[in-house]
Amino acid sequence: MENKNTQRRTLSLLVDNEPGVLARVTGLISGRGFNIESLSVAETRDPQISLITIIISSSSQFIEQIIKQLRKLINIIKVIDLTEDDYVEKQLVLVKVKTNPANRTEIRSLCEIFKGKILDVSPKTYTMEFTGNEKKIRNILTLLDEFGVEEQVSTGLTAMSRTRVYKHERK
Amino acid sequence: MSELTGAQILIECWKKEDVKVIFGYPGAATIDVHHYLMTSGLRFVLTRHEQAAVHAAEGYARATGRPGITLVTSGPGATNTVTGLAGANLDSTPILVFSGQVSRMMIGNDAFQEIDIVGITRSITKHNYLVRDTGSLARIVKEAFFIAQSGRPGAVLVDLPKDVLTGTAEFKYPGKIKLQAYQPHLKPHPKQVAKAAELLLSAQKPVLYAGGGVIMSGASEKLLTLAECLHIPVTNTLMGLGGFPGTHPLFLGMLGVHGLYQANRAVQEADLLVTVGARFDDRVTGRLDQFATKAKIIQIDVDPTSIHKRVNTDVPLVADAHQALSAILNLLGKYPNYDRTARRIWLNRIAAWQKEGALEDGPVSTSPAGIKLISPQTVIKTLYEKTKALTPIITTEVGQHQMWTAQYFLHDQPRHFISSGGLGVMGFGLPAAIGVQIARPEALVIDITGDGSILMNIQELVTIVEEKLPIKIVIINNGCLGMVRQWQELFYNRRYSATLLGQGPDFVKLAEAFGAQGFRATRLDEVAPIIEKALTISGPVIIEFIVDQSALVYPMVPAGSSISEMLPYSANPSDN
Ligand SMILES: Cc1ncc(C[n+]2csc(CCOP(=O)(O)OP(=O)(O)O)c2C)c(N)n1
Ligand SMILES: [Mg+2]
Repeated sequence: MENKNTQRRTLSLLVDNEPGVLARVTGLISGRGFNIESLSVAETRDPQISLITIIISSSSQFIEQIIKQLRKLINIIKVIDLTEDDYVEKQLVLVKVKTNPANRTEIRSLCEIFKGKILDVSPKTYTMEFTGNEKKIRNILTLLDEFGVEEQVSTGLTAMSRTRVYKHERK
Repeated sequence: MSELTGAQILIECWKKEDVKVIFGYPGAATIDVHHYLMTSGLRFVLTRHEQAAVHAAEGYARATGRPGITLVTSGPGATNTVTGLAGANLDSTPILVFSGQVSRMMIGNDAFQEIDIVGITRSITKHNYLVRDTGSLARIVKEAFFIAQSGRPGAVLVDLPKDVLTGTAEFKYPGKIKLQAYQPHLKPHPKQVAKAAELLLSAQKPVLYAGGGVIMSGASEKLLTLAECLHIPVTNTLMGLGGFPGTHPLFLGMLGVHGLYQANRAVQEADLLVTVGARFDDRVTGRLDQFATKAKIIQIDVDPTSIHKRVNTDVPLVADAHQALSAILNLLGKYPNYDRTARRIWLNRIAAWQKEGALEDGPVSTSPAGIKLISPQTVIKTLYEKTKALTPIITTEVGQHQMWTAQYFLHDQPRHFISSGGLGVMGFGLPAAIGVQIARPEALVIDITGDGSILMNIQELVTIVEEKLPIKIVIINNGCLGMVRQWQELFYNRRYSATLLGQGPDFVKLAEAFGAQGFRATRLDEVAPIIEKALTISGPVIIEFIVDQSALVYPMVPAGSSISEMLPYSANPSDN
């Protein structure tokens, strides 16, 4: 489904917090041959509602169709396409990097520059936490690769419009 | 107030929804419902296969506009409903399947006859539910009925764990419900209505392209008024047949891959295509980038996902077809001002195409013994002539016989042609006819079927006989899976792999074995008399016509071609 006018879109879905709803969303997308690049799900302030942040890439026409199809799902309250908005997007990544006495200072200063946190120190590793948008995360991971990344886990991206307010509660 | 069991609550809900008849098949998981059903006053029709129960429910729904109800047991009972659910959903028919499920604490244990039917049917239903407690059963049933019938109607499945049916709760049926996330948009936007009216008035060569949505929303009369008020010719999709009178001078016939010559030509030459309740299916458009390229497009559809899906629309109107057409008619007024000269020229051109593309009876071949073989087209035509005064309701299966029926059998009323469109299910017509006949006991109901399709749900002859349904079953026996064989003949070097059925069973004896009557015609001169004879019989009858195998469905648009490149009737290569 890749083609030249491929777009990356960030969608925020307000859904009923019920079993099976996530399966409906992902099933709808995968059933049409799309890959979900990133996904994150959590309850909102209203415990009956969950927020799903999804990132997909495809031609705009396909994405328009997907958005309409998502809106049609009975358990989906709202589909917000944040792509058009001015929005912030963050993910959290945990990395375990190999260390030795010679490079610890350098790694610590990298961590500081990227506003990371060292969560755990062992004789041979640092376990660190970073948050940021995709680009920042990619940059720090490339830099850390030089030292040897032992393990890395990451959440999906979550996103919010900078100025616009979307009600996440039931009326 | 005293408490009821889940099974009793379910039946009370059905009564509240004015359900009269339920199609299905019992099993351990639903035995509690059957226990109360027996004395509930509701009619239960025992089909002999769950797939047939769903098709029968669809037939019932398509004939009446009321939702069709199916009750099946867990596991295999539930999986047998898959084809019916998918078909009904694709054809936007309101049906509800209630499936049994193992008890809640057994779910996930691979228990006997446990199947995740909600997971299996998620993508082929409009919505589905697993009921988690007896207390929420009534609300869920209410929602399920609402969802199945509103907006673009569809199939809904409700999965009922055994202990939810045996557990008790107070019964309170919700009066009105509002689903925050589901509010179908029915009212047309006035601005869009104005734009549509403007285009309608300025068009020189308009065509109305109307689908099943017209029938679903009860908009047939509005469509007729619009067509007559502006003298716009109308073409129907397979699902739309009957939504506009088939004998009306403005009717072009069906369009698409096996559409009529004049219908496809008119669409290709039109400067305005007014699409009502149709979705530019690939069997309609042929090659998409060459479909109706000269036309501006107005599209009326209650389902926003139908708009801009395959074709970009100039004036989208997300609304119920009846409401949208009424709004447009209001704006146009009684005597709208449009270019009558242009219209006369346009209709004259169409009349010329109509002459050029007139359907023929099909070539008559002679057997080596000198007997005139029956052409299948003649059967359909004769059947139409002999029964039209009785306004029969026709169901079909899938294949050549279905297309010939769509071409040759005209319907002046909606809900009289019931065929599996989107999914194209062989085996649909016979059980669908059961639902139709039960909904319309006085009507003449005919299933037009093929020698392949009829065997896919032949067991339903028992249901028909036991329920005393006077259905007439017309088998077009061409000794093959004709539609597939047609492709092999035209595009696969006549290698008839897996499509020749040979003699098949003796359908006359088979009818008799099931307790029905059967007749067979093998010669052209037997066609009319045998139809007349069958019509005099008050019970179910199979009428088998042994037809010329070489007959093909024309016109035909080859796969991947534009509908301008249709092979006309005269292309029939088997004339030799
Ligand atoms: C359940 C199912 N299986 C397979 C097909 C593919 N198919 C479409 S038409 C057709 C031939 C149908 O044969 P018959 O019922 O004899 O009708 P004919 O075309 O000969 O009139 C087949 C196999 C289908 N539509 N449905
Ligand atoms: Mg056949």
